[in-house]
Amino acid sequence: MSASGQDRAKSTRPVVLDRAGLEGLIAALAAEGREVIGPVRRDGAIVHEPISGVDDLPRGWVDEQSGGQYRLRREGEALFGITHGPQGWKRILHPPKETLWSVETGAAPKITAPPPDDTRRAFLGVRPCDLAAIAIQDKVFLDGPFRDPRYGSRRENLFLVAVNCTRSAATCFCTSMGTRPEAGAGYDIVLTELEGETFLASSGSVAGQDILAALPTRPADDMHLASAEAGIERAADQQRHLDIDGLPDLLKSNPDHPRWDEVASRCLNCANCTMVCPTCFCTTLDEVSTLDGTGAAREQRWASCFTTEFSHVHGGAVRPGARARYRQWMTHKLATWVDQFDTLGCTGCGRCISWCPVGIDITQEAAMIRGEGGER
Amino acid sequence: MKPRLGVFKFSSCDGCQLSLLDCEDELLAIADAIDIAYFPEATRKDDVGHYDIAFVEGSVTTAHEAELIQDIRARSSALITLGACATSGGIQALKNGADTAEFIATVYAHPDYISTLDTATPISDHVTVDFELRGCPISKHQLLELVAATLAGRAPQTPAHATCIECKLAGHVCVMVAGGQPCLGPVTHAGCGALCPGFARGCYGCFGPKETPNTAALSARLAANGTARRDIGRLFSTFNTNAPAFRAEAKAHD
Repeated sequence: MSASGQDRAKSTRPVVLDRAGLEGLIAALAAEGREVIGPVRRDGAIVHEPISGVDDLPRGWVDEQSGGQYRLRREGEALFGITHGPQGWKRILHPPKETLWSVETGAAPKITAPPPDDTRRAFLGVRPCDLAAIAIQDKVFLDGPFRDPRYGSRRENLFLVAVNCTRSAATCFCTSMGTRPEAGAGYDIVLTELEGETFLASSGSVAGQDILAALPTRPADDMHLASAEAGIERAADQQRHLDIDGLPDLLKSNPDHPRWDEVASRCLNCANCTMVCPTCFCTTLDEVSTLDGTGAAREQRWASCFTTEFSHVHGGAVRPGARARYRQWMTHKLATWVDQFDTLGCTGCGRCISWCPVGIDITQEAAMIRGEGGER
Repeated sequence: MKPRLGVFKFSSCDGCQLSLLDCEDELLAIADAIDIAYFPEATRKDDVGHYDIAFVEGSVTTAHEAELIQDIRARSSALITLGACATSGGIQALKNGADTAEFIATVYAHPDYISTLDTATPISDHVTVDFELRGCPISKHQLLELVAATLAGRAPQTPAHATCIECKLAGHVCVMVAGGQPCLGPVTHAGCGALCPGFARGCYGCFGPKETPNTAALSARLAANGTARRDIGRLFSTFNTNAPAFRAEAKAHD
């Protein structure tokens, strides 16, 4: 939903949507001139790509995730059986590379900035953890004195269809982060997949209400509601745990804990955790110029606190290796983010665990700092 | 006056020089901005004198080359090495530490015609190098950036971080995590745009070790994923075999 649309939203009684209804939802969003983007199976994972109908969804597949490992396998008939893939939605809302402005020299130098991206989009299949991540990036980019107009434009033109989780990956821990497998707020429509390609659907905004009202639906009965709730509970029960009680203070008061050295021995400094993290927002700027020197451009690209360049100041990098970098990243996510943005920087999606090539587990590292060992 | 460029070849396959010729569309713009005074791969014109920029491809594997690089350094303001051979020694550095005579006898029909040093070494082992462009071969995109930056008098944007960042920026699915393939991306210097993972193959490490590479941790994971010890050693023994971080890791898997 647009950042402002939520207040006007009224809660509606859940309805039941079948396959034709879901097809109708995609068609209705497309008819509004929206690019509909959903989970698509590609190269052994799911990625977010434009879809034109239900057939594009990865029906009958589920994911197996663990530290440093991600596999898809056939199971069941669900359209949304796969929890998530490596990409968060930030790839679209906060793209990896963007030209901020360019300049042409000459008698009258001309500076041009590309217009904000006002493409109307709809995201279909936003998981509750990723919905929470979008809310966190909204705070980063839109609140405060410096609003990012490019992010803002994409966000204002966005329609969000969330899908609650009825199955968790072994790396998921959203329940620990207070996010839960059930979308809280911020969606236009939320779906919960039931048996046999039927969905429980509710709106969370006026726009969502209008779209839903025009679709073929029937009222939900108690059985539907109980089935959806059972699925969400099942997903919550399948998760690992991160104890966040007092965690910010614990991390801030342990900068010299021996565990940082231990994790540094395994950390590759490869930055994958920050690339797949749906809340990591850091960027750097590249100054590029043409061969003949008549033009230059300033290009923004994703940066990572796991590089030397990131903390390079006169005389060298402030954080020269993995010990300082992992500590910085984890402490930011789980402690100092609160001071900065009044919320934790982690939604418990677990991508940093799955997509770490060596399977470093943030829940395990936090437990070790706390003095609790063992598997999470 | 346009800066004078000399392009020099040492022991190498010429692939990096070809990357310069591959620029095609941009080559005219380069020729407009730079006086290409010496470039045997492209022109027969001979040249002597001073170079504002010297591009050096290849490693030093003969006594003649060891002398020649001193002469080029003395005649050049900025000496920039192109590619894995010039920067780390290249694939031919596999002979370093091995029995050179035995290698020559195995490869050549008339070993007595061959006059070579026992090692293939990077240019920086012999003279001061102002900038090293990685890759086997170098990337055309990075070469153009290097030329543009040199002409503009700014530092080139050739980040030393992991290839993984380029891979994620490109939107590729990780071939190691999702496919179980051995991949050197997490320890390899960026620059190719994650070419191989884009074709569902693990990274070969053509750009050599990245900054702060943790090769031991990667090897441990490759072994846990089922890659044989000997194969792990071989992964690190290719185009950048002589780069210290890769050499040490290969040796640890002898």
